Amino acid sequence: MSKKELGLGLLLIVIGGITAALNPLFLSGTNLLNMANLIGLFGVFSIGQGIIIITGGIDLSVGSMFALLGVILVDLLVNFELPWPLAVLVILAAGVALGLLHGLLVTRLRLQPFVVTLCGLLIYRGIARYYTQDGTMGFGYAAGDLDTLTWLASGRSFGVPNPFIILLVVAACMAVLLHRSVFGRYLYAVGRNEEAARHSGIRTNAVIAGAYLIGGGLAGLSTVLLVFYTSSVSPSSFGNFYELYAIAAAVLGGCSLRGGEGSILGIVLGTVLLQILQNLVNILGIPSSLNFAVMGSVILLGVIADQQLSRRKQVGALSRSPAPVASPAE
Amino acid sequence: MAPDLPLLELEGIGKSYPGVRALDGVDLRLHAGEVLGLVGENGAGKSTLMKILGGVVPPSEGRVRIGGREYPALTVSEAGAAGIAFVHQELNLFDNLDVASNVLFGREPLRGGPLRLLDRAAARARVAPLLQRLGADFGPDARVAELSIAQRQLVEIAKALAAEARIIILDEPTSSLTLSETARLLSLVHELRAGGTGVIYITHRLGEIIDCADRVVCLRDGRMVGALAREEISHAAMIRLMIGRDLRSLYTPPARAPGEGGLELRGLRTTAFPERAVDLHIRPGEILGLAGLVGSGRTSLARTLFGIDPALGGDIRLHGKALRITEPAQAVAAGIYLVPEDRKAAGLVLDLSIVQNVTLANLPAYARLGLVDRAREEVASEAQRQSLHIKAPSCAVKAGTLSGGNQQKVVLGKWLSMSPRVMLFDEPTRGIDVGARGEIYALMRKLADSGVAILMISSDMEEVIGVSDRIAVMHEGRVSGMLERNAFSEQAVLRLAIGQTEETHAGTEAAHP
Repeated sequence: MSKKELGLGLLLIVIGGITAALNPLFLSGTNLLNMANLIGLFGVFSIGQGIIIITGGIDLSVGSMFALLGVILVDLLVNFELPWPLAVLVILAAGVALGLLHGLLVTRLRLQPFVVTLCGLLIYRGIARYYTQDGTMGFGYAAGDLDTLTWLASGRSFGVPNPFIILLVVAACMAVLLHRSVFGRYLYAVGRNEEAARHSGIRTNAVIAGAYLIGGGLAGLSTVLLVFYTSSVSPSSFGNFYELYAIAAAVLGGCSLRGGEGSILGIVLGTVLLQILQNLVNILGIPSSLNFAVMGSVILLGVIADQQLSRRKQVGALSRSPAPVASPAE
Repeated sequence: MAPDLPLLELEGIGKSYPGVRALDGVDLRLHAGEVLGLVGENGAGKSTLMKILGGVVPPSEGRVRIGGREYPALTVSEAGAAGIAFVHQELNLFDNLDVASNVLFGREPLRGGPLRLLDRAAARARVAPLLQRLGADFGPDARVAELSIAQRQLVEIAKALAAEARIIILDEPTSSLTLSETARLLSLVHELRAGGTGVIYITHRLGEIIDCADRVVCLRDGRMVGALAREEISHAAMIRLMIGRDLRSLYTPPARAPGEGGLELRGLRTTAFPERAVDLHIRPGEILGLAGLVGSGRTSLARTLFGIDPALGGDIRLHGKALRITEPAQAVAAGIYLVPEDRKAAGLVLDLSIVQNVTLANLPAYARLGLVDRAREEVASEAQRQSLHIKAPSCAVKAGTLSGGNQQKVVLGKWLSMSPRVMLFDEPTRGIDVGARGEIYALMRKLADSGVAILMISSDMEEVIGVSDRIAVMHEGRVSGMLERNAFSEQAVLRLAIGQTEETHAGTEAAHP
């Protein structure tokens, strides 16, 4: 656990403690379970976002992907009456395909990730709205044979919301991938210095495309969870701004938008902090219109504090061991 | 100002950082119309001294006098106002602006009164004569992005002239210049001196000091260890001062004659010179020097062999077997490794540890089921640290914290931990001090003796002549000649580099296609 993650954990405890002191309901079972559910929902795609950010890229399209994949999912289940495992598989594959498309546009055509995924944000939202004629899609009375999927995506096991458990599994897998595997090391190297990575014989295009592919896959998974959380999809608002939540969680968790920095634990802690802030606004009776303002302020303060601390650390290190003076033996 | 009064006088300058004495009792004088060579290994304290002169860091003790006036706490703006100008190793230009804007940056001529609009006509009129005086072949409207490094250097010097600097400090000015550009820079230094400017010339290239310096001072471990007057300046004397001992000749002959096979290029065409084809044979066991002017296609050739740039035609054979190389991964798989020109941008990931840099190119070998075994990585990188004498407290430190020579050793460690068959070195010792250079040369020889074919691109004449077994010279995208060791001379290399062939004189085409 790095200093950054430790600091973030401490901040969580402090903010949680203050909130609990002001309103003990914060620590009530219902509230905690509710938060755990939301953390699970937001954590999965924030991890995908974080992995993309580590390559030095960004994915602005996830929110719109939720809308497009969401209406497709409902359509497949309700109107096409596809068996649910197949429908879920189609959504995951579609997520992977969109991610791969982004990755190829970024690596093959050398387009900027911001531009590629901004276009994705506009296009997917537009298609989703056109496809449904802007109407909300729900399960209606066809939900009978979806009990298993409904339980998987929005039920509880041992009292814990399933999305939270899914997040833990995803986080564990991704942590191994990112921090222990060859691919993970390549991701950091490519994010830090793509040129040097290429000069080391790494297929940097494949690594970057791989990150977008993973991000797309996790967005597909999140779609399924989110659809069953709201149990209907209104294409003009479903998933709006979610890409910004994901970016915020990743940045709070220590990912640098320059690439090459960040950890899964940090991203998860970042997601937790965001959800606590949301919850705090509700539970402390702060007008909910201030929701975004609170979130923005905390992120800004967090980033400033981090910057100041690391600068002081650098200055400290410099004064302890000054200029790299070569020893006379050299 | 009286002619005998020094422009610049440093007395007993010392600089301490906690635990380290970076400078100790340094005295230095510079007179008008004098070129002072400043030599010393990396880390000897040259850059700290220059930072003090520029007002960037304050000295712990000692006095700074410029033009007879004492500056108890010299600041950056005071240094500028007192007429000190730096031309840095890393150029500080805005390459998105034009030449005039760069030269007059911070003192732009204005018009329109309170609107403070830029007066572009006046800027051009002021910069044009400066460029003319420097013999520049570009105008004040040229965009810096389109200039070569040598031309950019002229812009830097024009900046110093525009600021009416009386003291110009050139810090490794030729590290990116070609031979002819270097010659022009040196003649410019002579001109500046004739015009009464004081010049401090810092370089690792001792030949340039011999050419232009009136006096040489040498720093070692933060102390001024000696000074040489004009007539005493020689390679041997300077090297003795710098390292405190005599450096033996650079050249070590190979242990045995070069073998068969190796890397053979036939009709290879690169993107830099699509219509020129290169034939070259790098034999196992030899160090083939590749000389030529910057832009003659040497780096492009290396990049093509390594798969960074695409080959447009021709074939590459390694030990008789045809290779298809379209990306670096394929070159690496074949055992062809590149030590690139710009080690910070392409050689290393500065923010990763030594361990992770050393294993980066061969990571799957340290992994089981796709998961990296960190213990094995550490063993491998520790072995490289010891065999290459990388000076670092441990392999866990970031590569970016090391000195240039040690960073280069990490790049070498990355490749040596694998099994090289062909090593391509592009300017292997740029910005590296004399001691570490010797180690890198010894290493190249050891590699060659173990059967590796080595191509060494170098713009440093001493290096090309001192290290190579054979020298191939490139001119405008083709090999204009090949020199055997007994034919090595600066003149021979230079003649081929500017396009004259060995046998004939200027104007005739080379025998090679």
